[in-house]
Amino acid sequence: MARTPSELVRAEPGPPFEITVDGRAITALPGQSIAAALWCAGVLAWRSTRGGGRPRGAFCGIGQCYDCLATVNGEPNRRACLVPARPGDAITTQEGHGRAGLGV
Amino acid sequence: MPDSASEPYDLAVIGAGCAGLAGAVTASELGLRVCLLDGSGQVGGQFFRHPAPALGALRPQALHHDWPAFAALRQRLEASDTRRLLGHQVWTVTRGSGELWTVHALSGVDGGAERPVRVHARAVLLATGAYERQLPFPGWTLPGVVAAGGAQAMLKSGLALPGKRIVVAGSGPLLLAVASSLAAAGAQVPAIVEASGYLRYVTHARALVANPRKVLQGAVHGASLLRHRVRPHSRSAVTAAHGTDRVEAVTVSRLDQDWRPVPGTGRRISCDALAVGHGLVPQIELATGLGCATRRTPDGTHALVLDGRQETSVPGVWAAGETGGVGGWELARVEGELAGRAVAFRLRGVLVDPARVRELRRRRDRMRAFADAMAVAHAPRPGWTHWLDDDTDVCRCEEVTARRVREAAAELGARDARTVKLLTRAGMGWCQGRMCAAAVACLAAGGGDEGVPPSPERRPLAVPVPLGLLGSPAGADEAGADEAGINEAGADE
Repeated sequence: MARTPSELVRAEPGPPFEITVDGRAITALPGQSIAAALWCAGVLAWRSTRGGGRPRGAFCGIGQCYDCLATVNGEPNRRACLVPARPGDAITTQEGHGRAGLGV
Repeated sequence: MPDSASEPYDLAVIGAGCAGLAGAVTASELGLRVCLLDGSGQVGGQFFRHPAPALGALRPQALHHDWPAFAALRQRLEASDTRRLLGHQVWTVTRGSGELWTVHALSGVDGGAERPVRVHARAVLLATGAYERQLPFPGWTLPGVVAAGGAQAMLKSGLALPGKRIVVAGSGPLLLAVASSLAAAGAQVPAIVEASGYLRYVTHARALVANPRKVLQGAVHGASLLRHRVRPHSRSAVTAAHGTDRVEAVTVSRLDQDWRPVPGTGRRISCDALAVGHGLVPQIELATGLGCATRRTPDGTHALVLDGRQETSVPGVWAAGETGGVGGWELARVEGELAGRAVAFRLRGVLVDPARVRELRRRRDRMRAFADAMAVAHAPRPGWTHWLDDDTDVCRCEEVTARRVREAAAELGARDARTVKLLTRAGMGWCQGRMCAAAVACLAAGGGDEGVPPSPERRPLAVPVPLGLLGSPAGADEAGADEAGINEAGADE
């Protein structure tokens, strides 16, 4: 019986690479979305809400709910469940609307 | 090939799941010039979602019982002249000059990029599928609480699980598939919690007998769950998720006939994730934006009204699959083929194969009857609103609590989701009400016998788009039929 999803589908991905979450390095596989890489590293939240400052992460998993919005390489409001992870990506927890730097 | 750069396609197919794939390859094989658009970088839609090629999955079929059917459709697509615009998010469809439709899309898998693209076509096939219905409960916004179909999607495409010990809950046949694939992928699934009683199926015996394959699929999932020691709880619901920064446990309560929790029956189950959902909702924003008529489905969602040839009430706009009522991938494939044949006949007078069409219609009607029986058995009952406490966020995006929605209904006179939105901002956030509309509509209607009351929302934009784009629509690239063969953004594998 398979013990991991990769074993189940007999995945033989290319070499893993590093991305960072708030400065901490995690491993991602080529072909994974940012959210999938974060889940595999045990990270479930990468956004805090605009009103209550509550933690959120991927919910619908198909790009519909926008709960998984993250700041990717400085660009806010990217849907982590859709955006493929690339080597060296810097994911930062998105605070509120993610545009605090603009003073809006 | 036509020689003008602005030469329109015969058919634009929106959505590359089973319905769209079947429609596109059928029409293309009958000689039509077809353009197929999908937001994802790969074909397959939600059901046949699979890992990106870079993940090197040698056995993607391990997560799909019916992989050969998809592989066959994909092969036909690759052998056809169909222009593929994958990684293109369609945000609206408009009627252009003459008898032409214009499909407006943004390139980039998350639509953030990126580049506006316009496709002109003489007919449109909407195969936009469905998304999951959510009914809120205290704690449902905690990290680790994920949509049931979402957990399935993240597993199928990203080989990722939200936790090691995952409770599966909600209502509908999808839960069985989700629980069995999570367990097969190594997760421990301590419980599957279904709000309806499976015995309700028996009251629709005729639909069951006519669909032995569906019954068999249920039995396969059931056997898999037994093997993985997944404990079923029917007539029960997760009425609370517990934890501070992530879910640590859930409370499972027995429900009465109307889905009210039976006092004193709550039991705590520890877990590090919860996969939850209450059936699927047809994704019909593009169609309602065009004025297509809708009907109320037996489980309180809205689906498109279609004629025997899959055409909507707006001539020239066809639909197939979940947009006409949720019914699964096999129904979607049949309807896609019917639509492809109907469009070919309308535009080119291509003679259809009458025996084949009769057979397809027979299968469609049989599967629709089964889908309706399922919808009745799993339709939310009005007592679910008793799961909520006043501080539960009903609208996840705008963080609008049940208290504020109830105040809008009881004190300010709101009776529908739209009025509640204007008063509270519930449904005004990024997701455009997809996650909360069913719940808000119920609360606004005061939890009457209706279950989930009607509110087919009309939103002019199907997905959020940058303001700058609306300001300068003329800057879009025109994707003309004369460029067929150039397949953009991750032409599938």
